[in-house]
Formats: sequence, C-alpha cells, structure tokens
Amino acid sequence: MTKTVVLGALAGVGLLAGAAGAATLDDVKQRGTLNCGVVTGLPGFGAPNANGEWEGFDVSMCRAVAAAVLGDPTAVQFVPTTGKTRFTALASGEIDMLARNTTWTFSRDTDLKFDFIGVNYYDGQGFLVPKALGVTSAKDLDGATVCIQTGTTTELNLADFFRKNNISYEPVPVETQAEGQQQYLAGACDTYTTDASGLAATRATFENPGDHVILPEIISKEPLAPLVRHGDNDWADIVRWTLNALIAAEEMGITSANVTELAASAGDNPEMNRLLGNEGNLGEMIGLSNDWAVKAIGAGGNYGEIFEKTIGENTPIGLARGLNAQWTDGGLLYSPPFR
Amino acid sequence: MSDTHAQSVPFVRESFIPEAPPPETDTGVVAWLRKNLFSTWAYALLTIAALYVIYVILAGVLPWLLNGVWNADSIQQCREILAGERGGCFAVLTERWNQLLFGFSYPTEAYWRPTLAFALLFVAAAPVLFTSVPRILLVATLLYPFAAYWLLWGGTILAPLVGLLGVIGGYLVYRRLIDRSFAYGLLGGIVAAAAIMWLGGFVVADQPRFLSLLPVQSRDMGGFMLNMLLGVICVSLSLPIGILLALGRQSSLPIIKWICVVFIEFVRGVPLITLLFVANVVLAYFLPPGTTFDLILRVIIMITMFASAYIAEVIRGGLAALPRGQYEAADSLGLDYAQAMRLVILPQALKISIPGIVNVAVGLFKDTTLVSIISMFDLVGMIRGPILASTDWGGVYWELFGFAALLFFVVCYGISQYSQWLERRLATDHR
Repeated sequence: MTKTVVLGALAGVGLLAGAAGAATLDDVKQRGTLNCGVVTGLPGFGAPNANGEWEGFDVSMCRAVAAAVLGDPTAVQFVPTTGKTRFTALASGEIDMLARNTTWTFSRDTDLKFDFIGVNYYDGQGFLVPKALGVTSAKDLDGATVCIQTGTTTELNLADFFRKNNISYEPVPVETQAEGQQQYLAGACDTYTTDASGLAATRATFENPGDHVILPEIISKEPLAPLVRHGDNDWADIVRWTLNALIAAEEMGITSANVTELAASAGDNPEMNRLLGNEGNLGEMIGLSNDWAVKAIGAGGNYGEIFEKTIGENTPIGLARGLNAQWTDGGLLYSPPFR
Repeated sequence: MSDTHAQSVPFVRESFIPEAPPPETDTGVVAWLRKNLFSTWAYALLTIAALYVIYVILAGVLPWLLNGVWNADSIQQCREILAGERGGCFAVLTERWNQLLFGFSYPTEAYWRPTLAFALLFVAAAPVLFTSVPRILLVATLLYPFAAYWLLWGGTILAPLVGLLGVIGGYLVYRRLIDRSFAYGLLGGIVAAAAIMWLGGFVVADQPRFLSLLPVQSRDMGGFMLNMLLGVICVSLSLPIGILLALGRQSSLPIIKWICVVFIEFVRGVPLITLLFVANVVLAYFLPPGTTFDLILRVIIMITMFASAYIAEVIRGGLAALPRGQYEAADSLGLDYAQAMRLVILPQALKISIPGIVNVAVGLFKDTTLVSIISMFDLVGMIRGPILASTDWGGVYWELFGFAALLFFVVCYGISQYSQWLERRLATDHR
C-alpha cells in the first residue's frame, strides 16, 4: 500500500516538474544558493581541502557566478558528480550549472540538450611515459600498452590517433584518474593518456616527477567548458558573461586587489566603466545589479588570477598558460566586447 | 602359612615408581612441532615454504608500518622525511582523520554529536542483543532512534519529540483497539500516529529554536559515519520488513502473496548498484527541480528494499525448516494467526535464520560503500574523491585503503563474533 502511495506522489510531482523550473535565475535567487555541479575530486580543478572547503579552477567558476547573481561567493551548494551522473544531474534540474572539466562536443551540445557557455580551459590529450622508455614522440608508441579511462572522449581519440598513424596499441582500461596513476606507476602500462592538464596534475604527485615526460604531441582538442540546460537562455547568458567578465578583466588589468578601487569611480576606459557598472546598464540587461561583474571578479580574481592560484606554474600542478593565455599574448582567450 | 602365600605371589611391589615425564620426543615444543608441522617430509616442505612466505610479507610490511611517518603536511614532505627509506605515509590519517570519519562538511564543532550517538548505540543495542541486560533499558532502545536523529541532524528537539509522541500515541490506540481485531488496531494506531505528527508539525514550525542544535544537512554527512548510519538504519528497518515479506509470501491471501513474491523476486533480480543509480539519477527526473527529497533518504529506501528482500528469503528458509507439527500445535492451542506467529513459529524460525541474517547484515554493511559510485562521500568515496584528488595526498593508497579495511573489519568481525555467541547460547542444533 505504501508503495502505491509513493508512486502516486511521484507521478504527481512529476507533473508539477514540467511547470516549474523555467526561470533558473528566479529559482536561484529565491533559494539563496547556487547549485553547482562539480567533480568529485580532480587535482587543481575541484576538491574539498583539509577544512572541507571546495577549491579549484572549476570551483572558482561556480563561486564567480554565485557572487554575480547573489553577491556572495560562498552561497554555493556544491553537488559532486561523477562522469556517469553529471549529465542527468543537470538535465533533471538538480544543479543549475555544471563546471566539471567537461569537453564541449557536438553531440553533448545538441543531442543531450545542453548549452556550453564558453571555454574556460583549452585542453588536449597527451601521453605520459617513463623517461626510461626512451620514447620521444607518440608515433614511437607502436605496440605499447596504454592506460586509458573508459567511457571518455579520450578513449575514442586514442583509437583515432593510432588508426590514423597506422600503429597498434593494447588498451588497459582504468576507471578513475587515481587508478590510472596507480596502474601506470605499477608498470601495468607503458604510457598513460588523458588530458594534458590531468597528466601534469598526476605527474606532480609522483615520487620522482623528473623520471617521467609528457610527450609533445597533443592528439585532440578538449575544450573544457561550463554548461547549463537548454531552454533558459537568460540563465545561459548570465553564466556566459560571467566567464567573459573574468577573461575581459584580465585583459583590462582588473584584479581582485584593485577592482573595488577601479569601480569606485568612472575611469578613462569606457569599456571598463561599462563592465564595472559605472556607465550604461549592462547588469540590468541580464537581470542582475549593475555591480555584478565587480562582485564576480572580487570573488576569486580575474581569469589569470584564478589560473595562477589553482593550476598555474607556482602550484604543484604547474600548468603553463599555453593556449589559455589572452589573445594578446598568443593564446585563445578572447572575450567579446562589453557593449 | 606366610611362606605358602609368598610363593603363590612371586613379587609384590611395595613402593610406587615415581612419575616420570613422558619421553623428550613426545612432549613440549618439539613434539608439537613434529606432530603439527613436520609430521611427514611433505608437510615439512610446506611448513618451510609457509614460513618463508610469512617472512617475506612481514619483512615488507613491518618496516613500512613501524617506519611510518605520522607527522607531515603532504606526501612530498613524507618522502623528504623518509629520504628514500621504506615507510608508510600515515600522516594522511592524522591530517584527514576527521574527513575519513565524519565527511568533509560536517561542522567541526559538532563532532561530539555523532560520537555520542555512536556511543549511545551500544547502550540502545545492549538490551536487544543480550538478555542478561536489565529489561528496563529497552526504554533506551525505544528512545534511541529519536535521540540519534536529534544528535546527527540537529535542529530543534521538538521534531524528534513529536515523532516519539506520535509513536507512543499510535501504540496506545493500537492497544485499545487490538481486542476487536488486529487490522482494526493497526489502522487505528497508524491514523493516531499520523494525526499527532501532523498536529505536532505546527508546533515544530512555530518553535524552530526550542532546544536547538546546529542543524546539519543530510548531504553534509560523510565518511565512516555515513556507512555506519546507512548500515544501522537499513539493517534495523529491513529485519521487520523482511519478516513481514516472508510471512506475506507464505500467506494464503493471493493478492498479498503475489505482491510479496513480485517484490522479492524483482528486487533480488536487480543489482544494488542499479537501485542506487535509480535513487540518485532516475528519481530526480520525476521530482520538480529544486525539490529536497533527501538523497540519503532515497538511498536508505533503496538499500532497505534490497536488504529486506534478502532477509525475507532467509527467514522463509527458517519458516520452511520448522516441522509442520509446530504450525498445527499452535493452531490446536486455539491461537489466532498473529499469536501463533508471534509466540510459536517466529521465535523458532528466527533462531534457525540467525546465521543467514547475520550474513546479509555483514554483506549489507559492506555494500554501503557502493554509494561512493553515486558521488556520496562515504569512507571510500572520501578516499577516492577528495583525498586522492588533493595535490597533497595524491598517491597515498595503501595507508588510506588499509585504514578503511581496518574499520570495516572491526565492525564485521564484531557482528560475526556476536552471532556465534548467540548461536551457542540458543543452541540451534537441537542437541
């Protein structure tokens, strides 16, 4: 009897579900917290620290959006998701946005009905090999055993790469980054392949990082992007322009240290004035207060600051900016104008 | 005379030979060794091989254990301290012990609450587990679920109090009506309990700060606490549900029988991990966005369903093992169904089922680690997720998983020892 009641209740709320959930912004404001999907743990990109606070590159994106929308970078409910549960969590409305090193692909954008709001990290798949193997190029890996995470885009890229170069390999399937690292160190495979950022993070925890090299070939494009559900373009705009604000802030030299000072009064740079709310009404256009960008930048700094703090060269991860430098420095980061 | 006699008995010993120790080869360490370890040359070879294996294992483990580093901030520091020597990096345990036990977001200043709840668990469980404990302590058992809820989740004490009042009120009404019929009493009890809880809900909403502890969200629970919580709740819920299912499966009422059969067979035919995915992922599609139908509650429901189906089958085995005469004897005493089951059949059937029930309980407790797959941070989830993903502790495997294994072993071994003691006490083999 209780079962039927539960099922009936489920069916009832299921009908309600369609009616609710149109305006994510209103939901978030009413709730007072942003539900942000993150990884269960990836070095540098998102993990709780010893005090239980989430930190990392993707986590900072959640905090910036929460600051822009709610004015408080800590008003985030982090929902940890695995590779298997991330898309259903977003599609079902359990989370408002997903910032979880997710590759922007055609089918995820269209078939799975998500909107990727812009790339926050340009990654690519690489190979990690022991120096002792004496390999200098991925094309020398003919016949190698390769540790590879199952169910990821990297698995497909690997097959493509070896087929294109007409060489063979033997896959050793692993489930998680930690398992891959263990198998690789135990010698179960000659090389470990995943996103280059992940390889760098993995190598950073080795006992002798110097004994291992990341091969120069990057065999795929892995643009990692935060994403939201289809169907609420206003909300997508807010998340997209928060990311753009962080990127533009770095380009204009706005940092978490000087943002309050710069925002206090209108300066010489009209675009900076518009971004910081001293001219025009950009905030209003997306349904936020005019100092939304000030708060977003104040949360964790501009894009460059976040990068340096979480995964940059001074952290154990030690990633160079590379493709993720501003376009003025030869990278790919290029924010559309704030006008 | 005496001469004659003396000749008929050629020799009479007049003193005892002093007791001599058994021969050297038949006593002490040597004999034990010869008898148990070196009785034939084949056994001798095996003994030597086994000793060698033990030596190799100890030679590897002992330096690692004894030379371990307990004070460091990261694995890199551990390696510096060890400077190439062999040794475990147990500093991860000293730094992250709280996350391993309580999860990473349980408020630090409230750690005493789950600890107290854990300690009280023994008080509450004692009268159920040991008959020598004074019966008056059963009151503690009754109060425990409400006290534990208050301690773990916090909030006002009124909420669990209202729950308790509802249960007591329901029970009183049930006692009043049971004379007319069992169904009547049950229905009345449930209605009364629901009414009290509904009315009490207004009081709770009105006084949210009355004797209030810092409220903790379900999603902030984690670590070994989450495993214990799921294990204890699901085992204690699934036992009564399992009994009902087992009885229902034997019922002569076709609808009840078929509901029970379908439920048991369906749930047993589906892997637990599938049910957990349903709880986590599929149910979310049916609920409106932003509904807070607690994930822990969903998981508890699923695990309880799973465990009760198994326990039902174990108990059905116990029921089937009872001689037909026991059922008939109960009937001939003029007992009705409920009385016959309660007084005659179930005590015997449950006694037979103890090993099976314990087996399910131990398995279930270990299965609670599966929730790490649906991104809940139980003990294993904490290790696999946040701790191994931190740049400080990435690469510390043996120490962390060894610690997890130790905790689970202690609990499971305890359960198993208890059940063996109980079996000896109840002497189920009808000697």
